[in-house]
Amino acid sequence: MELSAGELMVAQAAREIRDGERVFVGMRLPLIAFVLAKRTHAPNAIGLFELGVVRDAPAPELLYTMGDTPNVRGAVWCARTLDLMGLLQRGEVEAGFIGGAEIDIHGNLNTTAIGPDRAHPLTQLPGSGGGADIASLARRLIVIMPHDRRRLRERVDFVTSPGYGTGAGWRERVGLPRGGPSVLITTLGVFRFVDGVATLASYHPGASVEAVRAATGWPLVVASDVRETEVPSGAELGFIRDHDPTGFWTRRSAE
Amino acid sequence: MSKVTSLGEAIARLVPDGASVALGTALEPAIPFAVVHELIRQRKRELRLIGPISDIAFDQLIGAGCVARIASAWVGNVSAGLAHAYRRAMEQGIPRRIAVEDHSNFTIAQALLAGAIGAPFIPTRTLLGSDLARANGTFKESVSPFDGSPLLLVPAIRPDLTVLAVQRADEEGNAHLWGPWGVSQEAALAATAVLVIADEIVPRSVIASDPNRTVVPAWKVAAVVGQRGACHPSPLQGRYRRDHDFYHAYHAATRTVEGFEAWIREWVTGPPDRDAYLAKLGERWPALREDGGPRAAEARF
Repeated sequence: MELSAGELMVAQAAREIRDGERVFVGMRLPLIAFVLAKRTHAPNAIGLFELGVVRDAPAPELLYTMGDTPNVRGAVWCARTLDLMGLLQRGEVEAGFIGGAEIDIHGNLNTTAIGPDRAHPLTQLPGSGGGADIASLARRLIVIMPHDRRRLRERVDFVTSPGYGTGAGWRERVGLPRGGPSVLITTLGVFRFVDGVATLASYHPGASVEAVRAATGWPLVVASDVRETEVPSGAELGFIRDHDPTGFWTRRSAE
Repeated sequence: MSKVTSLGEAIARLVPDGASVALGTALEPAIPFAVVHELIRQRKRELRLIGPISDIAFDQLIGAGCVARIASAWVGNVSAGLAHAYRRAMEQGIPRRIAVEDHSNFTIAQALLAGAIGAPFIPTRTLLGSDLARANGTFKESVSPFDGSPLLLVPAIRPDLTVLAVQRADEEGNAHLWGPWGVSQEAALAATAVLVIADEIVPRSVIASDPNRTVVPAWKVAAVVGQRGACHPSPLQGRYRRDHDFYHAYHAATRTVEGFEAWIREWVTGPPDRDAYLAKLGERWPALREDGGPRAAEARF
């Protein structure tokens, strides 16, 4: 079976989790990235789920939502949303995952609405959920999204989840206590944030710097040591396919 | 005194048109879909819905024309994607325009906490620099009187009614909920009245044997409804799993107005009550049940 973009993104995302960290996991591909990290290099990572679940071992089966009953059995804590969001605000959560419909060069994300007028949107999106809280308060943010010019835009229509605002120093000025995106993983490549600017660090196999530039709506900034993204090992791919055998999350096209 | 009543009577008595109603407070699990469907059957209008993640419950009420306003962090279909009825209301005014107070999960939890503890607002650092801080329309940007740091002030939300779906409750409304609570407790304590819809009504001695599991005390509760399977297609821990296929079928069926209306006729206004709905699920329903899950260790009081 050929490597899918979803599988490559999951493997990249898993590498962003360090052993022992407390991580706001979120849904979809990040859920599988958490499972992969736990089974490989980060066995002591702890997963926090915003509805109030804390796990130190991944759920034994594929989750469609964080509220599925297998995500609760074997958890170490069933808490309130406030408990976990409160710990996030205190600075006790090292990393959080989010996705979005649109992102700009400073990592500001829109999951609220497309169009100039929030009250009369061209496309109504589902909203923040806990995403804006994770973006505001986690020590660092890992962003995962499909890559095209409509999504990676010079300016987003609405900043749901703040990245670096207008650039370096902005988060401190508006009063955010910490954090900001550390990495943006897309279907074409991986960006690191350098002084608040998304900088292409690698392009996936089959893509290139030029292909990434063509699909990006801002003037592309490229790292001097840009290279091809490392593909997942056979063992990593095995864990991913073992956990998502039908490819529900890792082989479907993004909406 | 027993507060046990039928679902139809409870909704008729507790939800006038224009009421503010919090539901779906545990986020993805324990969503009281039986209540959502009864609100639609009774043609409630001008409701103000409050809830963090409604996973298609708000979408159904919006599409059915019951809703004037929502205070919410997210309205969609968690495993399938966007919510078509919510999109039609916001993008085209079909079946009507609705007003939105955009929240995050943390701010809606804090607004309900303020309501629950009788505080006018909660100060927070979340959403500083987010467009949500202004788009919400009820927040105020401020500074801490102690150190001058920027703060967002989140005013209290006090629902007229909070609906809690739980595994078990006694006849007076003392209710046990296990699994994640989300914002359930804050929403219940902040409300003027609570409707408890319990999978099972149990003797008071069962509740009193394990008071740590009680999410709301009886005096907050205005009515208790005993209804098995009230949360399908969402899960209820230790009782039944989430019916993923049902969410995906809803997503596919409701892409058009006609499709939405046909879905409502088939699953909401067609079946006369929840038992008929469960019967209509056929073999799917028993296959979702998980009453045989692992037991918690005994705790002695």
